[in-house]
Amino acid sequence: MDIIKYRNIFFIFSGILILASIFAFSFFGVRQGIDLVGGTNWQIQIKDSAVKDSDLKSALGEISGYSDLTIKYLADGNFIVKFPSISEENHQKYYQGLKEKFGEVSELSFESIGPTIGQELRQKFIWAFTFGLLSILLYIAWAFRKVSYPVKSWKYGLIVILSAFHNIIIPCGLMAFLGWRQGIEIDTNFIVALMFILGYSINDTIVVFDRIRENLFLTHNKGNFDFGVTINSAIKQTINRSINTSLTTVLAVSPLYFIGPLSLKYFMLTLVSGIIIGTYSSIFIASPLLYVWHHKNKK
Amino acid sequence: MNKNKFPTYIIFIILLAILAGFFDYQPIWSKVVSKIHLPQVFLRDWRLGLDLVGGSILTYNIDLNEVAATDRDSVVNGLRDVIERRVNLFGVTEPQVYTAEAGEDKHLIVELAGIKDINQAIEMIGETPLLDFREVEILPAAATSSAGQFAGEDSNYKFIPTNLTGRYIKSAQVDFDNFGKSVVSISFTDEGAKIFEDLTGRNVGKPLAIFLDNEPIEIPTVQEKISGGNAQISGNFTPASARKLVERFNAGALPAPIELLSQQTIGASLGLDSLQKTIFCGIIGFILVILFIIGFYRGFGLIASLALMIYAVLTLGIFKVIPVTLTLSGIAGFILSIGMAVDANVLIFSRMREELKKGLPKRAAIEEGFRRAWPSIRDSNITTIIIAVILFYFATSFVKGFALTLFIGVLMSMFSAITVSKGLLEMFTKNKEKQK
Repeated sequence: MDIIKYRNIFFIFSGILILASIFAFSFFGVRQGIDLVGGTNWQIQIKDSAVKDSDLKSALGEISGYSDLTIKYLADGNFIVKFPSISEENHQKYYQGLKEKFGEVSELSFESIGPTIGQELRQKFIWAFTFGLLSILLYIAWAFRKVSYPVKSWKYGLIVILSAFHNIIIPCGLMAFLGWRQGIEIDTNFIVALMFILGYSINDTIVVFDRIRENLFLTHNKGNFDFGVTINSAIKQTINRSINTSLTTVLAVSPLYFIGPLSLKYFMLTLVSGIIIGTYSSIFIASPLLYVWHHKNKK
Repeated sequence: MNKNKFPTYIIFIILLAILAGFFDYQPIWSKVVSKIHLPQVFLRDWRLGLDLVGGSILTYNIDLNEVAATDRDSVVNGLRDVIERRVNLFGVTEPQVYTAEAGEDKHLIVELAGIKDINQAIEMIGETPLLDFREVEILPAAATSSAGQFAGEDSNYKFIPTNLTGRYIKSAQVDFDNFGKSVVSISFTDEGAKIFEDLTGRNVGKPLAIFLDNEPIEIPTVQEKISGGNAQISGNFTPASARKLVERFNAGALPAPIELLSQQTIGASLGLDSLQKTIFCGIIGFILVILFIIGFYRGFGLIASLALMIYAVLTLGIFKVIPVTLTLSGIAGFILSIGMAVDANVLIFSRMREELKKGLPKRAAIEEGFRRAWPSIRDSNITTIIIAVILFYFATSFVKGFALTLFIGVLMSMFSAITVSKGLLEMFTKNKEKQK
């Protein structure tokens, strides 16, 4: 497969995905979970199976006085109720109120988070993210310090970072889309997943670039040198490994998405989408970019 | 034939893995320990996070506005000790109390795994027997009205806070005064005694107010300078209320007010459900991975699967020995690292196959394959390690679990690639050569 030859197809495909993600991100925005903006998530189970979410909504609205609460029915009488952050006193009051109204009600989880915590958490993650990006940039600059022909080592680094952005923007777009379609929220786990993608997706790119580097050492002195051929053969040598590696990782975690606990579902979706995008970009985007950049400079 | 020497360490690793297998599975391991009379130290159980066993995390903001900047560290530490003592009264196993910086603010985080009545716990933690002494200035208007000893809200009095607060209380006890009424005797620490001496010396003949939770409970007039650091509070106590106050003082008065910012409570049933689902998913994921590598790589896939199994039981063993607190995301991190651990094997194997194609003999191909694959194995894991370290440093306790298991998992996978996978490959190739 001549990836360099058909590079424009991949560039266009990625371009569309990125544009769509940016579109989703800026038009739908993302729904932020309570750990980022504050609020209450309350999971309760009502034994009386006749109770519907509308009943619960009106009952809770009456007890609490909140009109903007949202209620999601899960299964087996399980409901998730969301409203602004409340005091422990009110929590007990509402709980009692529900018990009086519906009989047997049990509490599965209760999370109430003040808005200041969310702000601090966001701040922390911005730092973590910046710090992560910088450390990885430094590492790549160090790892590729010895290659300078025909592409300068900092160019490898820059392309790795560019493809890292590519790998992160697309899962963000996906979550924005799901937030718009299904009301899925992003939370701490989502940000952790993005951080993981940042580290993991780069590893594929590094392995491909390592191979290009190794092949350059072997070939560039032998005259009649073609950078495109070198890249293509490096990809050919690593493509099985790249795909199989991601596949085993995806296989290992995918049951957690399909039948795992609810709180891990979208964490896993973000991870899996990032892993797939990362593998795709290391083969079809990062290497052709290296080629294009090299040729631009030649002319 | 030195070159064909059998790698004995692989036998050791396999034995270790079998041992780890027993060790990881608690029902069997507890039987093993009691059968061969091992000391109780060896009977370790898994340490599970409170999102799996149920429990609460409470986050408080510490109000340090009233505390001088130089005293803040000692106040925060004192506060943590006090809360720790109170929390220990709940009978929860291994409660965690720690402080965290949050920008300008200080937070106090209390983790109570397996707590049943969180409402009561919140009440007991948040109770602030915030005792302090205040100097009283009688405003001119009040001079005419001679009564009003207890007029806390009386605008004729002006209360001036002093730095004598509950943090200087050493102990308290219930006493009875001459009329048989309950009073609370407190004795101050040395430092507190000195402040108290100065304060009473300065205010002889004047009233001095005692405030509890920002309410004046008594405004006695100071008769003389009091040294020795003992004082008596004779508010309107019933025997019961006096005893309760004493208990609170002895558990320690809070040196600074705190405010509950957030609570996360996970019911035990939801925790157990999550745990069972996650373990089940982990097993399914593991089986899928093994089926795939055997299907794709055949013979080598079998070796890689064996290596992966050894990797998994050894890593779990390490989690149990350290012990790592396994949270939901922590187990997910481990499952993720299983998927990632295949990579090192694949890298080695594909390099080895290339070397074989070049015509190298088997053993030499293994050596060369390892040598060439190592930079890639190292490079591809370092970025994940960097991210895990950063996440561990920045994140909250649930996320720390993910970062830690991922970190240990990735390190172990590198270690297992150069020992387990290589050893197994050498073992099996040797056997094949023997058969020929």
